[in-house]
Amino acid sequence: MSVPPISEDDLHAYVDGALEARRQADVEAYLDCHPEVARRVALYRAQRDDLRAMLAPVAEEPVPPELNLARLVDARRARLAWWRQAAAAVLLLVAGGIGGWSLNTALGPPREGIAALAAEAADSYRVYVPDRSRPVELRDAERAELVAWASHRLRRPVSVPDLSAAGYRFMGGRLVATPHGPAVLFMYDDDRGTRLVMLVRPMASDRDTPMAQHTRGSLTGFAWSADGIGYSLVGPPAAAVLHPIADTVRRQLG
Amino acid sequence: MSDMMRLIEPVIPALRRYARSLTRDRAAADDLVQDCLERVISRWHQWRRDASVRTWMFAILHNLAANRRRDIRRRREEVAVDDADEALLGRPPTQEAALRYRDLGRALATLPEEQRSVLLLVSVEDLSYAEVATVLGIPIGTVMSRLARAREKLLRAVEDDGETRVPKGAPLRSVK
Repeated sequence: MSVPPISEDDLHAYVDGALEARRQADVEAYLDCHPEVARRVALYRAQRDDLRAMLAPVAEEPVPPELNLARLVDARRARLAWWRQAAAAVLLLVAGGIGGWSLNTALGPPREGIAALAAEAADSYRVYVPDRSRPVELRDAERAELVAWASHRLRRPVSVPDLSAAGYRFMGGRLVATPHGPAVLFMYDDDRGTRLVMLVRPMASDRDTPMAQHTRGSLTGFAWSADGIGYSLVGPPAAAVLHPIADTVRRQLG
Repeated sequence: MSDMMRLIEPVIPALRRYARSLTRDRAAADDLVQDCLERVISRWHQWRRDASVRTWMFAILHNLAANRRRDIRRRREEVAVDDADEALLGRPPTQEAALRYRDLGRALATLPEEQRSVLLLVSVEDLSYAEVATVLGIPIGTVMSRLARAREKLLRAVEDDGETRVPKGAPLRSVK
């Protein structure tokens, strides 16, 4: 039976113990007859053994803590959780932006500036004015307390406009929440039970704007801002009636 | 997840050894292994179940090492061979072994990168020729020719280096 010639590849596979038993025997027989090749193969083998012996201690070293697998897995989990939260936050922002934008263009309330303040004043009117049992939290008798509280929360000195010349008495007020932080609501009424609401809060934008009318449904409103404080007066009277009252307030505050 | 850890964990010492013999720098090698493990963890779903985890992990390490060499070459921060030898060697058992390993380490450093990785993956890491071909992304015939050249060149390099301090004719190692 003829033996396939021994190739260079066979010699290396022999060195690496990668030959099948039969072929290994073929190579051994060949090496027996070729001492020069046998010497070279022996050197390869010695080299292989030396490389292994030289590098073995590295694999026997204790694995340093930064390569601890459980730790790496935990670190990745923490990173993923962070990214997931960040991605969710971005999605919310994008969705909120798109949603807010489309609502805004359709029928949603304004989100910024003096128009937002006017909308907040109208909303507060609708919530608190119909309330017969507790329309205000602090009454006229607690005016000093209300002013101190509101000034503290708004971080601005706040004063209560006097509308008695127009026939409106100060009832009291409260703090209300807005998307732009706390605002103070003042409520007034006249002898017939008509109520007006005045909303005051600091402005991030539209910090100094002339008075403008904002009418929503049956509610008339006048809003303006000065020195970073926004004011919005809202009530059922017609614009012709409410406008001079708003002017009076502005004069008093200015 | 625990399945992944069970399969990966035993390969880490060999990855460290291969990385250190490639980079000849302990810290750089462990950085490389850490990058590799992070990638293995994050791409665990990409591991094809019919391939050996070992081969897959060595392939990832090899690619990272190749990228890093490119970066280093760009920055020209090649590690000085003499410094690196100290980091490469473990604690040799004897003075004689220490000398021999130093020569071998230096000789290894003179091999072209492509030959050194083949030689180490075959001789030290016990990968099959086919696995080495997969790890390095080269045909198996190229693996064989690089292996042959690496072994010849390493023998000559050790002999040349040894001649400067060992009496001529002294064998590299006694042959059984």
